[in-house]
Amino acid sequence: MKLRIEQLTVDYGGNPVLHGVSLAIPDRQVTALIGPSGCGKSTLLRALNRMHDLYPQIRVGGRVLLDGRDVRRLAPEELRARVGMVFQRPNPFPMSIWANVAFGPSLFGLAGRELDHLVERSLQGASLWSEVKDRLDQDARGLSGGQQQRLCIARALALEPEVLLMDEPSSALDPGSTRAIEELILALKERLAIVLVTHSMAQAGRVADHLALFVGGRLMEEGRPHEVLGRPRTEAARQFLTHAT
Amino acid sequence: MMRAVLTAIALLVVGVVGGLIGLVLVKGLPGVSGSLLWSAAERLGEAGGLRPVLTSTVVIVGGAILLVVPIGLSAATWLQEYAPPSLWVEQVRRLIEALAGIPSVLYGLFGFSLFAVGLGWGWSHLTAMATLALMLLPMVIQTGAEALRTVPDELREGARALGATRWETVRYSLFPAAAPGIVTGVLLALGRALGESAAVLLTAGGDLRQPQSLLDQGRPLAAHLYHLTILDADPNRIWATAAVLVGLVLIVQLTASWLGARLQR
Repeated sequence: MKLRIEQLTVDYGGNPVLHGVSLAIPDRQVTALIGPSGCGKSTLLRALNRMHDLYPQIRVGGRVLLDGRDVRRLAPEELRARVGMVFQRPNPFPMSIWANVAFGPSLFGLAGRELDHLVERSLQGASLWSEVKDRLDQDARGLSGGQQQRLCIARALALEPEVLLMDEPSSALDPGSTRAIEELILALKERLAIVLVTHSMAQAGRVADHLALFVGGRLMEEGRPHEVLGRPRTEAARQFLTHAT
Repeated sequence: MMRAVLTAIALLVVGVVGGLIGLVLVKGLPGVSGSLLWSAAERLGEAGGLRPVLTSTVVIVGGAILLVVPIGLSAATWLQEYAPPSLWVEQVRRLIEALAGIPSVLYGLFGFSLFAVGLGWGWSHLTAMATLALMLLPMVIQTGAEALRTVPDELREGARALGATRWETVRYSLFPAAAPGIVTGVLLALGRALGESAAVLLTAGGDLRQPQSLLDQGRPLAAHLYHLTILDADPNRIWATAAVLVGLVLIVQLTASWLGARLQR
């Protein structure tokens, strides 16, 4: 297992959002987190790379282990380089396409020809290279929404992460761009663990190897997609799936 | 009906401001010449040119901006990105707002007591520079913090998620995104410094010799205009001096909007 979540609790200024969740994230597979809005799936995702540390009012309890090591024992910068993240809305920096992808590695001291190669490799990895290779110096905000999201994936890949966290990465995109992102997810899982938060049961069914269903901050079901979606064991999961599909 | 009233008010405001600038330029521009701009002053500025005045203006205003920008932006960054949300920080914010509203003559008095008398710099370019910097500080902090506040959290989180420290996030992600607002704020401060008279009248002295050192007295444009007016100097000379001042302020303001729009893209 790449990541192991043990009795994770999160509360926002005294309001509990996650209640003692335990879950294992396998390597080189896609684990999809599903559930109704406000069920805590994005909160769980953000605990994995310690994004909650940025907000003093958020308290996190329990443990998250990366390759057996408590993530709180790692420097947050190192952890976030190893566990990349892609957000719901594409968030390119106000700089060139090249500079966006080079952002992470250059913080860690990479430069010159090696960095150029890495930028190219990352853009290829995000299936964006052929579309942007002749305009790497142009402002990244000029790309389409779908391209911007793949740029953000390339930006995360440039750090050569072991895990990629994706928070509803295609919810702001059109069907064509969504398909491109899903194909990319399937290609990327060959080399890293992916944790995907999604609202779409259809998407979860298409790309996930493993599903975890949350309701009210609790993990209700987990297993293979056809098991969770087809034969839910709990009433809460059944109700959610009836309304969601 | 409301639309017509609002349009009329807007046209009135534009008309008054446009008329004011137009009047100064129409009456003053004929008197502006190369020799007015570059030659030395004579007879308390009633004759000769504006060279020492322009030199003092550039030195005092430029120096004040060089002083205030790094300090102001550091304070803005601290307030917006580092300070934890607390009652104490909120009081600091309020205090800065209050400081921005203090009349400039009080800054002049304060600068005179602190820099001219307290530190012994006397009436000088240095005293005026430090006083102006102090006067502009709240404005630069406010516009800088506002520019940072408008940067979406997604950019902060995006940089942090790539392993950037807080400072790296500010330096490489937030400053570029906030640059249009920051630059506009600094240029507006520059415009205000150029037009300031009260604070420099009390701190720069009034000498019209070409300044040789920062501790020499000097007389920047707005203060010079004031002196000419109370001396009852030749009206053509007063209007010409006013036209130079208005021209400089206009150039700064237009640069601010042009640069702001350009950086926005």
